[in-house]
Amino acid sequence: MRNVTVFVTLKQGVLDPQGKAIQESLNSLGYQEVQGARVGKYIELQVEDGPNLEARIKEMCDKLLANPVIEDYSFDVEEAVRS
Amino acid sequence: MRFAVVVFPGSNCDRDMYHAVKDVLGEEAELVWYENSNLADYDGILLPGGFSYGDYLRSGAVAATSDVMKQVKEHAAKGKPVLGVCNGFQVLTETGLLPGALMRNEKLSFMCHQEELIVENNQTMFTTGYTKGEVVRFPIAHGEGNYFCDAQTLADLQTNNQIVLTYRNNPNGSVADIAGIINKEGNVLGMMPHPERAVESLLGSDDGLTLFKSLVQNWRESHYVANA
Repeated sequence: MRNVTVFVTLKQGVLDPQGKAIQESLNSLGYQEVQGARVGKYIELQVEDGPNLEARIKEMCDKLLANPVIEDYSFDVEEAVRS
Repeated sequence: MRFAVVVFPGSNCDRDMYHAVKDVLGEEAELVWYENSNLADYDGILLPGGFSYGDYLRSGAVAATSDVMKQVKEHAAKGKPVLGVCNGFQVLTETGLLPGALMRNEKLSFMCHQEELIVENNQTMFTTGYTKGEVVRFPIAHGEGNYFCDAQTLADLQTNNQIVLTYRNNPNGSVADIAGIINKEGNVLGMMPHPERAVESLLGSDDGLTLFKSLVQNWRESHYVANA
């Protein structure tokens, strides 16, 4: 089993009103050093190991997890730690 | 003309759509649950507004993967009309039947009020009853209606006259004030404003009725020609 973590972020150049609101809130709390904020998604998948694992994860991202029109993605694959 | 109103878990404008087509227009219409459905016998497909699958992941994204949307693609490929309103528009962009994406409103808040729209293209099967440049009033009701596409896609939309409706006073930050677009082939229309909620003047506006009437009339005319 593998743990896959997928990070989905808005493409550069796509406005992120939510990020802007967060930045302004942090500024109003006194954190003037915050010059930008972008909101994304973090998705954990538990995936059975198999051939073409990375290619299949990429497919999942392209088909569903991210919308290529507005979003970029990256992912990490790690051996699942047995508890 | 026989319409299917596709109902997803979380659709909530399906009855409005059904009412507009069935009761106000007097055409045949059925509410079709998305599972185990067969769209083959319908002339027109209507994708209603709402929050399919609770807008999980992205609005329209999960509904776009459903089997019924494969059928909608086949239906569209045959040149048959498809209209997606609000969440229906979001589903159409997520499915890839229309370009671009609908993002969170610029000012983040959900908006529910009437908007003035400009008919930019009255040469589609949905809009021949309007005049070009006509101002119509439809309600909007969305939190994610901020239309986005890249510069190349926008240029293509403009070149091919695919922008059908624009906002007179852009409420949500949409690129080029876009409220509704049509595919290149001219049979798949998506829009954030609700024509199905503007079919009775008693309720504020009947400007949306012209859209449905145009569609039915054009469908009938093309059918008579085909059968002649």
